[in-house]
Amino acid sequence: MEKFTKLSGIAAPLDLVNIDTDMIIPKQFLKTIKRSGLGVNLFDEMRYDDDRNEIESFVLNQPAYRDAQILVAGDNFGCGSSREHAPWAIADFGITCVIAPSYADIFYNNCFKNGILPIALPQEQVDVLMKDAEKGANARIEVDLEAQTITSSDGEVFTFDVDPFKKHCLMNGLDDIGLTMEKAASIDAFEAAAATSRPWV
Amino acid sequence: MSPKTLYDKIWDAHVAHEAEDGTCLLYIDRHLVHEVTSPQAFEGLRMTGRTVRAPEKTIAVPDHNVPTTLDRANAATMTEDSRIQVEALDTNAKEFGLHYYPVSDVRQGVVHIVGPEQGWTLPGMTVVCGDSHTATHGAFGSLAHGIGTSEVEHVLATQTLIQQKSKNMKVEITGKLSPGVTAKDVTMAVIGLTGTAGGTGYVIEYCGQVIRDMSMEGRMTVCNMAIEGGARAGLIAPDQTTYDYCMGRPHAPKGAEWEAALTYWKTLFTDEDAHFDKVLTIKGEDIAPLVTWGTSPEDVLPITDVVPDPASFKGGKVGAAQRSIEYMGLKAGQKLSDIEIDTVFIGSCTNGRIEDFRAAAAVLKGKKIKDGMRAMVVPGSGLVRAQAEEEGIAQIFIDAGFEWRLAGCSMCLAMNPDQLKPGERCAATSNRNFEGRQGRGGRTHLMSPAMAAAAAITGRLTDVRDLM
Repeated sequence: MEKFTKLSGIAAPLDLVNIDTDMIIPKQFLKTIKRSGLGVNLFDEMRYDDDRNEIESFVLNQPAYRDAQILVAGDNFGCGSSREHAPWAIADFGITCVIAPSYADIFYNNCFKNGILPIALPQEQVDVLMKDAEKGANARIEVDLEAQTITSSDGEVFTFDVDPFKKHCLMNGLDDIGLTMEKAASIDAFEAAAATSRPWV
Repeated sequence: MSPKTLYDKIWDAHVAHEAEDGTCLLYIDRHLVHEVTSPQAFEGLRMTGRTVRAPEKTIAVPDHNVPTTLDRANAATMTEDSRIQVEALDTNAKEFGLHYYPVSDVRQGVVHIVGPEQGWTLPGMTVVCGDSHTATHGAFGSLAHGIGTSEVEHVLATQTLIQQKSKNMKVEITGKLSPGVTAKDVTMAVIGLTGTAGGTGYVIEYCGQVIRDMSMEGRMTVCNMAIEGGARAGLIAPDQTTYDYCMGRPHAPKGAEWEAALTYWKTLFTDEDAHFDKVLTIKGEDIAPLVTWGTSPEDVLPITDVVPDPASFKGGKVGAAQRSIEYMGLKAGQKLSDIEIDTVFIGSCTNGRIEDFRAAAAVLKGKKIKDGMRAMVVPGSGLVRAQAEEEGIAQIFIDAGFEWRLAGCSMCLAMNPDQLKPGERCAATSNRNFEGRQGRGGRTHLMSPAMAAAAAITGRLTDVRDLM
């Protein structure tokens, strides 16, 4: 997995609540057996018209935001299905940090498995960063995972929370299956005990 | 010992390792797998030389892509990419030695219907699947939730998940339901009150007289949509209804093991005075037959109501409601019962079980669907289909003008050929009314099977109580 430490990038504003995983990556793109190549279909139904032409008004189609690395969005981002195609598409587009007031649980966890940092901030702080993002390509937002800070283009600093284990894995690009396999003895012991206490499982 | 909730008890019984920071390895008893969210996980195993740790606890079934038309044995009914995904599951299931129900097997169906039906899902278990509606299995008092593909790979390789514990929420439904009100209305009513993020960070335990009086089918409908309220999982304590459902299922314990299991299952309840971080109480009598008007499952109103004015909401919801109403082609103040539909979909992991079909058939018996209506019933499994045929329910649907289909997810998420065209409007018994969910530009109104049947007859959203 790609490491995430620091990021200074353009932030795209998407001021909508309840952005669901069907919006992020519609189902017709779930028929892939690969993880890569989904960036072109990120937000597909908002981004292209019926003839596959770009819809100019959509934020990621605007010249200022075509290279956005950060997405600022509304409450309950990523609600809906468990499809990891959503973070795959986001990462494949080049966005590695999302800032929103809250996230749906499964989406939030999926981000960390794909080198994406989802940051939850209070609504009023997201509002400040949303305004900042609306300034376009000249407004770069800085994210420092080590220090757990976000710095707006005006130099305003916000701190954020992140689970220490998730932070550790993201900063070091760790494969958590490998980490878990180091604890195989605990899993073996659990299985042996369960075979006696719950043999029907 | 301090009193525990049902969730606390199941959690504690499955912690295989706990790190100093509280991060746990939770042991997984059952891993359900379907074709859409698993190919990359199996590929990951191959690339790293890993294998499936517990194939005997891993159950695979194709459901999302499969056509549900009667000619589906003909490969031409599937698109190339869908066929590749299903073939990949065939190959992976064989290569890694999983329990497998291929498309040709009468037991095939929607993964969340097949699991309970075959007795894989039992009280007190941990159940995961790369699908958010895994919450369904919580109806048995098992801790069940959806996971992403990386986590699917993690469970395949280690039979565990890295987890942090959620908070406890209690949702109590007291009293009794009125005629025409079903489990679907109960679960929609809860989401209407909590919102789609109200359950985020929680595991919900549903309890109260209404839940106790519900069949297993109804309880599965309730837990299925826990995820639509944002909760990690929904739970219902097992009782005699649960035991009766499980007994004799192919993979349920038998003989002395059954007795031992039963003894254990009877310890699975929330202790008196156990702490809940959040409590919601709803009177069963206050719940009316509901429909959604917008593009979020929280956009719920009684069928007797009108399309709301976006200005009546607060914060970001004002804009969201405006966008929803525009997408749905509605007007604020319009009566919900005046909304005309052209499609009816009865099925899905929410409402594709025998009880759902009985409820719809009771409304449809001796009646015809409106001229020009496209209406389909998609059983949750081949066994549900067979039972409905045996009970004469299938014939009621066919006589009314419904298409009687084979099992699969079908128009719930429109990954197979069943899709809405732009502007088409569907009365659906599924779980999500998101923009484009049932096809680009398609408009979805969620409701119970009985309400969907009523809409099929009149051609508009209809209060089923008027037809009873």
